[in-house]
Amino acid sequence: MNSLISIWADRRANWVTFALWGLATAFVAYVFVAGGYLITVLQFALIYTVLVTGLNVFMGFTGQVSFGHNAFAAIGGYSSAVLAATYGWEPLPAGLVGLAGSLIVAFIIGYPVLRLRGHYLAMATLAIGLIVYEVAVQWQSVTQGYMGISGIPPIGIGRWSIMSDRGLLAFLLLAAALALLSAAGIRRSRLGRAFVAAAGSEDAARALGIDVARYKLIAFMISAAYASIAGSLFAYTVGFVSPEVFGLQMVVLAFTMLYVGGLGTVTGPALGAIIISVLPESFRAFKDYQDLAYGAALIVILIYAPRGLASLPDLWGKWRRRTA
Amino acid sequence: MSLLRLDGITRRFGGLVAVDNVSLEIPAQHLSAIIGPNGAGKTTLFNMIAGFARPSAGRVHFDGDEITGLAPEAIARRGLIRTFQLVQLFEGLTVLENVKVGCHLHTRGGLLAALLPTRAARAEEALVESEARQLLAETNLEAQAETLAAALPYGQKRLLEITRALAARPRLLLLDEPAAGLNRQETDLLAALLRRIVDSGTAILLIEHDMSLVMNVADEIAVLDFGRLIARGKPDEVRRNSDVIAAYLGSAEVADA
Repeated sequence: MNSLISIWADRRANWVTFALWGLATAFVAYVFVAGGYLITVLQFALIYTVLVTGLNVFMGFTGQVSFGHNAFAAIGGYSSAVLAATYGWEPLPAGLVGLAGSLIVAFIIGYPVLRLRGHYLAMATLAIGLIVYEVAVQWQSVTQGYMGISGIPPIGIGRWSIMSDRGLLAFLLLAAALALLSAAGIRRSRLGRAFVAAAGSEDAARALGIDVARYKLIAFMISAAYASIAGSLFAYTVGFVSPEVFGLQMVVLAFTMLYVGGLGTVTGPALGAIIISVLPESFRAFKDYQDLAYGAALIVILIYAPRGLASLPDLWGKWRRRTA
Repeated sequence: MSLLRLDGITRRFGGLVAVDNVSLEIPAQHLSAIIGPNGAGKTTLFNMIAGFARPSAGRVHFDGDEITGLAPEAIARRGLIRTFQLVQLFEGLTVLENVKVGCHLHTRGGLLAALLPTRAARAEEALVESEARQLLAETNLEAQAETLAAALPYGQKRLLEITRALAARPRLLLLDEPAAGLNRQETDLLAALLRRIVDSGTAILLIEHDMSLVMNVADEIAVLDFGRLIARGKPDEVRRNSDVIAAYLGSAEVADA
């Protein structure tokens, strides 16, 4: 709870902070009451909140780049799908197997790759995503190739499972809240400071005794864990996985959410995930020009809030000081 | 016994010998300085001591153990903490957080402590907070605790880097041109701070090409010229040394000034 309070009591918080949170809360409440198609949109946004929060630990806090986190979402999603749908496992242990698998893969890949810097690291992570995609396509006996796996049971324990859309929405809200809280906890801890130090200056971090290579690997594994959980949540929420679900599109979407929300901020991933999920829907009236309007809106956001929506309170504070 | 011992340290870059067979002993409880004109090999020597560059030949001992070729973080763990000629702060963090990062080595918390605020985790965090604030008070930066490091004026950035290094509880503090870019008043305050640090038991080795600070505060001075050690001794001895005057100061007039 400590970290939740500290999100609210941010020293730079002002009415814009509360307005953002108020809007988000009002939107969630509205969707709960109104129901319908928006429930699916919001469920999707909450799953992405978990994924992007993890990506933010690696990219925002630790200052690295990964184009391959869809790989870990795929490992989590496929483990859950295969074990639960094909072998009749319980959702929780199936998801945990995916989590363990993702951590192992993240370790094996991260250990050598994280010694690379800049473009090399980015290229290597891109390769991970492509490899896992190919495995999902080719390993037909397990993954059913392009067809994907359907008939994944909903989330639940034993005889209890969450069948209703609203119940699932509540569950995903809880999951997204836990993701944000844990990220806030990490950011404020010794671990998070080591991450941010490595991002700020590797040399200075090492000179203070921080084993930068080790902390990059830890950040990579933590972010892979979030991605894996997001993948499992997706499988149980939608009931279907396929290679396309965890394709490059997922990376593009996660990046957009991260940058629009605010790279390196705690709340940015949630704001970005919700806005990017809702924005295309709200331009539906533009019909043929929907994509154009969506693209224009993104550009406007990134021009006027280059550090993301989470930086709006800061921008407002600066503007106030300048005009005061 | 000396705290830091260099035996025949050499660094070649292709045909250039940046540091040439330097042997030097740095005692505990002292403020030692290495001076020399720009390009004398001071920073290269520093990098080799702190693990940021490998010597082409020679050995480095710290507190009796050989540390030649160890990684920077492994050397830092032994209590040898350096600063940089070009200030290297964590610019996106506040002043207070920068100093907290400095506390990394003598704290333990990992992922578990980050996720579950147990009693032990909170106690450690409270300790780090109070230690960091106390250090900021000692270097007169407490008023800026919540400011982003990037927003500090230059002189205070230098001061913050030293404060952060102190948070690591060094046994030997290596300062790379700490007075570079400081004005007269800031340099005087820095000199007083360095004296306080040494008096509280932390040895300092600093490198400078600006003589005024060094002559005022150093107990011992070694002079480097073209990678070679050409003199060492107390400030007065070094000031009068004819080799130093010829090689470093260039003319006797400067030495008298």
